[in-house]
Parts: sequence; structure tokens; C-alpha cells
Amino acid sequence: MAETAVSCEKVSVRFTSERGTVTALDKIDLSIPRGSFLTLLGPSGCGKSTLLRVMADLIAPTSGRVSVLGGAPQAAREARQIGFVFQDPALLAWRSVLENVSLPLEVGGGKSLPGARAPRELLSLVGLDGWERAYPHELSGGMRQRVAIARALVSGPRLLLMDEPFGALDEITRDRLNEELLQLWAATGTTIVFVTHSIYEAAFLGQSVLLLAARPGRVREQVPVPLPSPRRLAQRETPEFTSLAGHLRRVLETC
Amino acid sequence: MANQAEPLPIGGFAEDAEADARFLAHKRWLAWRRRLLPLGAVLLFLLLWWQAVVQFEIKPFIAPSPVAVATVLVERFGILMANLLPTAIEAVCGFLLGNIAAISLATVFVYRKTAEEALFPIAVMVNTIPVVAKAPILVLLLGNGMEPKIAIAAIICFFPTLVNMTRGLRDVRPEQLELMRILSATPREVFFRIRVPNALPYLFSALKIAASTAVIGAIVGEWIGSNVGIGALIIQATYNFDSPLLYATIVVGSTFSALFFGVISLAERRMLRWHSAHKD
Repeated sequence: MAETAVSCEKVSVRFTSERGTVTALDKIDLSIPRGSFLTLLGPSGCGKSTLLRVMADLIAPTSGRVSVLGGAPQAAREARQIGFVFQDPALLAWRSVLENVSLPLEVGGGKSLPGARAPRELLSLVGLDGWERAYPHELSGGMRQRVAIARALVSGPRLLLMDEPFGALDEITRDRLNEELLQLWAATGTTIVFVTHSIYEAAFLGQSVLLLAARPGRVREQVPVPLPSPRRLAQRETPEFTSLAGHLRRVLETC
Repeated sequence: MANQAEPLPIGGFAEDAEADARFLAHKRWLAWRRRLLPLGAVLLFLLLWWQAVVQFEIKPFIAPSPVAVATVLVERFGILMANLLPTAIEAVCGFLLGNIAAISLATVFVYRKTAEEALFPIAVMVNTIPVVAKAPILVLLLGNGMEPKIAIAAIICFFPTLVNMTRGLRDVRPEQLELMRILSATPREVFFRIRVPNALPYLFSALKIAASTAVIGAIVGEWIGSNVGIGALIIQATYNFDSPLLYATIVVGSTFSALFFGVISLAERRMLRWHSAHKD
């Protein structure tokens, strides 16, 4: 078996509020091989974002064991091995595009980053040559998300976590970014975990799709995607893709 | 691709020199209009005022004509400036002191909720006391020099900045804080790279209010126990029924206040180029 990037054993997360205790994740078992692309798909409230945040050490699990890149999530985070892309690009409005991408290299208490890459090189990788000095408000939604992706990759992370990064974009932009993301993945060899609520996006991007059921959040089924690489958008019209999407939708209906 | 100096998010514009020229000419006209309209209104107002004084034969000690005010402005320029200087020093010192104190306390509030719960009600209480009531208290405490005036100007500036700065430092988008955690940023990095820049637009709205109120505070402070300054000159001119001097003093005080406001606005435009409110 290939080395694992992330593994979860009986991971549960419970939130307590005045209205009682909510089980966001219930005994998740999961293993993600290094260098793979996994998409997390499920209805809202299934805990996909929570699971991603557990891997990123933003949320501590209530019980169970999580291992990221062979150690605790905190160690991976502190070693700057995790990149994270939010649904909102979360760019700093007062910094230019180049300064936004450079942010990860400036913070973290002055620790050295052996895997760090040149911000300009990453901007060119996401197709933003010539936009270094622009400010976020001058960019379109798709371009902002490209900046956020470049920023997530600049420290050279071995695990890239993406929380519905293209959820707020129009379909044309989203399709284009989907294709570009697969090229980025091929170019960097990073393990990617991608949360989405789009069946097509999940099936097109992932080497396998992890279906989560809601209330409480639990693993429903892990579906391998048999499509060949490199993937092109036209492949979404093949019978294999259609039947896969159909299968995912039928499972989702019971989640 | 758009050129580097001025990137535009949308491409594909056709070149049309004539339409461009027409558009620019219209923009220039609008810019001139924006400047000329208020100027015209002021001139018209001065003319009406002047004519009213002449036609209705209003006595100079009731209301002077604008010509009389202008004459005083020129002839007694030295006296007016000599009195503006202490007021300006008091206003600027009070402005600096009050805002520095407010920014420091706002920082404490953001990190220590207990401090906010304990101290904010006191700040509200102090803020409800009218300036004319604060002034005598401070004169009794601090004497007849510049100190009580500086203190009044500072107290007046303090509250708006405290409220705005606390909000600005706190109203950070949660994703940005999550991002900083992913990057294992230190608390100091989060403060200087996220919270402070985020608070700047809030801070400048407060500073613009403070710039004019600091001058008012200094003037009110001078009403009580002072023989120099714009405030003292106002009182003196009123008791002497010297209304042209009274009006001229007010013009000088207001001009200084407007200049102070202008300096802060200029600083804001310089420092907040990124802020969307200052987009063209």
C-alpha cells in the first residue's frame, strides 16, 4: 500500500451549544494515499468542512485519531505542510496580488521553509502573469480564487485542503478552474482533498469520491473514479462519466 | 493582456478616440462643476448678507457686513494668528493624546474582554458629560495654562476613536484568522498584518470626526479662565460688542478646523488607496 497522507480512525466531532450537543462527525474511518486527489461530497450539514478543518488542525476531534503526513495534524500545520483554500478567497484587501501570495513566506515566526517557491512563479502557474501589482478589488471572482490557490501553494505544502473553493463562481469559470486545478495537481504532486457539493465537480476532479451522509456526518461510500488522466471537460459527456454521476446522485438521495 | 501599470479586469474594448475624448471632456466638466457650485453658493450667500446689512441698515454690533469682517481679517491678522497659535497647539496635542490613548485602550479591549466590560461603561458616562461641564472641572484640576484645554480636546477625541478602533480591530473576517492559524502565525503577526490594517478605515472615520471636535474642545476650554486663544478672543469680542472681530475670529477658527480635517483626509487617501470606498 502507498504511503498515506491522511488517516482517520474513528474520528468524531461533537459541538455543544445551548441547544444541546450536535454530532458533526461520527466515527470517520479514512485513509488518503500520498499524491492522490480525493473529493468529499455530501449534502449540507454532513460535516465535510468539519472533516477538512480537523485535518488542518483548525478543529480538534472530540475522539478518535487523526494522522497527517505521518504525525499529528498540529505538527503538520506547524511544519507548514498544509495549504488551505477557503470558499471565500480571504485575500487581504490592503495587499497587492504579489503581496498576498507572499504572505505565507512572511509569517510563522521566521521559521525557514525548505519547500518554499517563488511567488511570481506560482502566479504564472495559475495564469496571473502581469497582475502582480493589482489589488484584490480589481480582480474577478475567478482570479481572486487563483490568487488564493497560489498563496496556498507558495510554502510548498504536501497536503492541499480545499473547502468548496469554486462554490461561489459561475459555471464557466468553475469549469475552467477545474481543468486548471488538475494540471496544477499534476505539476506539483501535492495530495489534494477537495470539498464540494457539486456531483459533477466531485466526479471530474477526484481519483475517488468520498460520500458523506448527514446528521450525524459519517462515511457513506467511497467511490473510485475510473476516468483516465489527464482529464478533459469533454470526458463529462462520456457514458462512463454519466453513469458515475448517476450513481453518486442516487447514493446522495439516500444520505 | 492589459498593461501592467493599470490592469483592467475586463478586456476587449474597441478603440474609439472620439468617444474617449467626449467622455473625458464630460468628466472634466463634472469635476469643474463640483468645485464651482459650492464656490458660487458661498459668493451668493456673502452678497446676500452684505446687501441685507446695507439695505436694512443693521447696526455693526448686531451683525457686521462681510466687508467689515474682511477688513478686520486683514488689519488685525497678527492678533488673530497670535491667538490661533495656542488654540492650534492645544487642539493638535489633544488630538494626538486622545487618539493614542483610545487606540491603546481599544487594543486592550480586543484582547481582554474583562477590561472592556469594566471600563466601557465609564467611557460612556464620561462621554455623556457636556463639554461646557467638563471644562470647569478640568480647569480646577489642571490650572489656567494649556493643560486643561489639551485635556478637553483629548477627552472629546477619545470616545469616537475608542468605539471605532475596537470595532475595526475586532471585525476581522473569520477566514482570515483561520488562514493565519494555518500559517502558524504568531499573535503579533495576526495583530499587525490582519487586525491593524483591517481597522484603518474605521480609525480614519473616527480621526476625521476628532479633527474638528478637537478644535471645538480647545476653544470651549479657552472660554473658562484664559486670556489667549480663539476661545478667549471670542469671549472678549462679544463683551466689547466688537462683532467684526468676533466673526473674523470664527472664520479663522473654522478655517483651521477645516485645514486639520483636510490633512487627515489626505492622509486617509494616501494610506487607504486599497480601500474600496476610495475607488474612482
